Amino acid sequence: MTRRDLILLGAVAAAILVAPVFASGYVLGILVTTGLYGIATIGLVLLVGLAKQVSLGHAAFYGLGAYVSGLLGTRLGLHPLVTIPLAAAAAGAVAYLVGRPVLRLRGHYLAMATLGLGVVFQVILNEWVDVSRGPSGFSGIASIAVPIPGMTRDGRTLYVIWAVALAILALSLWLVRSRAGRALRAIGDSEIASELLGIGTATWKLRVFALSAAYAGIAGALYAHYVTFLSPQPFGFVFSLELLVMAVVGGIASVWGGMIGAFTIVVLTEVLRRSLPSSLPGASGELELVLFGAALIAMVVVWPTGLAGIAASIGARVTPRLRRAIRPAHG
Amino acid sequence: MTQFRTLAVSAAVAALVLAACGGGTTATPTATAATQATTAPQATAAATVAVGAVYKVGAIFDATGPASSLGVPERDTVKMLETQVNAAGGIKGPDGLMHKIEVVFYDNQSQESQSVLVAKRLIEEDKVPVIIGPSQSGTTLAIVDTTQAAKIPLISAAASFKIVEPVADRKWVFKTPQSDSLIMENALAYHKKVGHTKLAWLSVNNAFGDSGRSELQRLAPKYGITIVADERFGATDTNMTAQLTKIRSSGADCLQIWATPPAASTVTKNVADLGLKLPVYHSHGIGNQDFIDLAGASANSIIAPMGKLLVAASLPDSDPQKKTLTTYTEQYQKAYGKGPTTFGGHAWDAFNIALLAMQKAGNDPAKIRDEIEKIKNFVGITGVFDFSDKDHNGLDNRAVTMVTIDGGKWKNVP
Amino acid sequence: MTSDLAQYLVTGIALGSIYALVALGFVTVFSVTGAINFAQGEFVMLGAMIAAQLVRAGLPLPLAAVAAVAGAALVGALVHQLGLRQAVGRVSPLGLVMITIGAATAIRGLALLAWGTDPRTLPSFTPGPPLEAAGAVIDRQTVWIVITTAAVLGLVYLLFQRTAVGRALRACAADLVAARLVGIDARRMGLISLVLSGAVGAVGGVALAPITFASYDMGLMLGLKGFVAAVLGGMANAPGAVAGGLILGILEGFATPISSGYKDALAFLVLIGVMLVRPHGLFGGGIGLGRV
Repeated sequence: MTRRDLILLGAVAAAILVAPVFASGYVLGILVTTGLYGIATIGLVLLVGLAKQVSLGHAAFYGLGAYVSGLLGTRLGLHPLVTIPLAAAAAGAVAYLVGRPVLRLRGHYLAMATLGLGVVFQVILNEWVDVSRGPSGFSGIASIAVPIPGMTRDGRTLYVIWAVALAILALSLWLVRSRAGRALRAIGDSEIASELLGIGTATWKLRVFALSAAYAGIAGALYAHYVTFLSPQPFGFVFSLELLVMAVVGGIASVWGGMIGAFTIVVLTEVLRRSLPSSLPGASGELELVLFGAALIAMVVVWPTGLAGIAASIGARVTPRLRRAIRPAHG
Repeated sequence: MTQFRTLAVSAAVAALVLAACGGGTTATPTATAATQATTAPQATAAATVAVGAVYKVGAIFDATGPASSLGVPERDTVKMLETQVNAAGGIKGPDGLMHKIEVVFYDNQSQESQSVLVAKRLIEEDKVPVIIGPSQSGTTLAIVDTTQAAKIPLISAAASFKIVEPVADRKWVFKTPQSDSLIMENALAYHKKVGHTKLAWLSVNNAFGDSGRSELQRLAPKYGITIVADERFGATDTNMTAQLTKIRSSGADCLQIWATPPAASTVTKNVADLGLKLPVYHSHGIGNQDFIDLAGASANSIIAPMGKLLVAASLPDSDPQKKTLTTYTEQYQKAYGKGPTTFGGHAWDAFNIALLAMQKAGNDPAKIRDEIEKIKNFVGITGVFDFSDKDHNGLDNRAVTMVTIDGGKWKNVP
Repeated sequence: MTSDLAQYLVTGIALGSIYALVALGFVTVFSVTGAINFAQGEFVMLGAMIAAQLVRAGLPLPLAAVAAVAGAALVGALVHQLGLRQAVGRVSPLGLVMITIGAATAIRGLALLAWGTDPRTLPSFTPGPPLEAAGAVIDRQTVWIVITTAAVLGLVYLLFQRTAVGRALRACAADLVAARLVGIDARRMGLISLVLSGAVGAVGGVALAPITFASYDMGLMLGLKGFVAAVLGGMANAPGAVAGGLILGILEGFATPISSGYKDALAFLVLIGVMLVRPHGLFGGGIGLGRV
């Protein structure tokens, strides 16, 4: 983790800390959603950006985490502090099990297999009514708002979710620069070369797959305790695509990009909702879709390295000038 | 060159973000004002009555996404009603002043997480005292906690009984559609009446179908009915012949389908194609001209329990709902060029219930909630509503009638 | 009992032909540009909806079909010119997928704006009662879908194998750099492939609509299943796509009586099993490591 990363982490933490004081519940809701999606997206960044393994089924791990935590809580009365880590572990374990055979596939074959697993999972959620309560879902999940007198529930939930998000950010930033990160990047560059260099590609791929699933599982569990109601509907192919979109928009190989991408997509949706007067009958939702699609195309075409890439290139030009301004060159 | 393009697009995006000022999308309907429905809140057109502040009503409907066929007629109905009410000057509040109504509408894209975000937005940013919608049970249940915690009354257009029960935990939540239990009781009573004992069940695999299925399993024994087949299909499936083939050998004496169009129409067509000789029954989910348009000739002679909207013309004049139903049908047809659906009717009820309460309570959320509970004998589209502190749905058998299709037209089954 | 089995098979072929038509479009775009076109389902939708709208306005079906195919082909061209053209080469394959997802979303929104949520239908090509064979009932339009799939397959195959344009397209698929070195305009080939996939999708839409009905959101599920079918077939060639589609359909047809609730899960589990045994798809052969 670089010094810049630490500074950024500190800045984000500070912003989150003061947010409940200044921001409305609605803005806090946006920040909460960003945190949730960001955690899952960072997992995808590690898997897809670094190790270049495609997953079109990550919504399943998100959903698995949500359901494990929600069900353990409502059926067995366990506390979220217990159920959330269990949910992450469950997601990681399932990923490890299915990853062993599936990660032998490459490219769009892997994409299809992960897509298929995602479908299988959502079908199970829908059909295994005795366990999951089926399509109608269930509510009564415990909230994770920490008790802080005088603060709204949204603010208190915000702290919990972002405490986890910042921890994940820190862990991932460290991971990317560690030996593990180098191994993953090598695999992403060339699996054959990595294998020849003695990097156990199969093992590393499995590990990062499980880790990214665990991230998604944590995010899903936090989601369950935020909305306090679960149904299979959100955890399908469309959400898996949305996570990928967030990762790509942010900068597929950048950990910060994962969070930036999540934030961008959440805000973009809200901005579109806000700034579209419905002058045509029924033009509200429909026009948003069109503009969202157009915006997505524009972002990818104009910024192939993602928003983090742009931030990095701006930073690369600004930092030397800043340094020269702060510390005069010689003497 | 690329940098310039980058800067240009960045500037455009920044401009878009900055342009995001002003509130939510306010509905500006194209409907022309027509006479009010009789028992809906009367907007007294008095030039001499003073004008008070605008009353806001929040609306969330699933206007895009898989439930859009529910959300769009709901949104359009509310837009039409908003224009009508305002053209007549608004409603008279408890302060004796005339208040125009502003509907603040958001589309939740049929997604539960979006539902939560827009609900928060309505409550915090737009500060609405009451919210109507959403269209689906899932998207409604996702916001129950949010609206209850904020103490804002919610009148949902979704069907699941879980939305309003247990009433002790749902102090601030109401709904206008008939519960599946009510519909299923009527359906099974009819099956029993005509002597069916072995029922084949075929439902869509979402919350709507699932709710019907649990009600069936709970109530079938009461009517002496055995379930001899229990099959499912997806809402976007293109061919249900395989399920029907399996049902063919189940020994059933009737087929009960629980789905909405287009899947409901696809299944019905498949039944005809397969030459399945079973009487076909549907649910209230087909209360939509689309069902007939898509299923074509195969739609004839199916029977389904639903509200009286689509057979309004053939009701006896003594029926308390007849005038309300025919007026709504005419107005909707005039405004949008096609007939209304039962879904739009649920939104009609929710909107007018909210207005009725606001006439006594102004825009105080707690008072609105109390006033809704006091509403008795409100003639709506779905039925005649009697709310109470024990019943936040307010419907009984008057809200259900058995309907069939004859020559492509809806007909009442006596 | 055997008539039941025959019926499941017929249903499977009916489903499979639909997936095959969509898969053909996927393979067309992928083999030339390397992009997985998630807007393919929307091309099918456009074909169905435009034709339905024109028929409703009074146009005879054949004319409406031609207009629909032209319309979808035009949209395909736009997707290339406005999105993929400047991206191929600059953007990773994943980025290309994102562009097609953006295009799909926008197209869906436009369709919703233009036509609303009401599903539409088209008349069957030859109206009449269903046919019977081996105790199984076959809807007439299903026969038309199978015929259409075969015809499109034949045309696409001929185009790719026997024409100069087809050779150029295949050259791009085999090695983009080498193709450009011999003077093939890669951008023009990309455009052609997208126009083609738009047309192929639309033909499928017109054939499907009498059975599946047309609605603005029909593209999502069709696109998903078409993609799966294309990958199963190896993502390499048209016959593979059709085979993949048929297999997926037949799997679904036979999984349904086993458990109608779990049918999709069963079908996908079998597919994943097949992929594990043949990691390059059934007919992928030497395409090698995936391009993503």
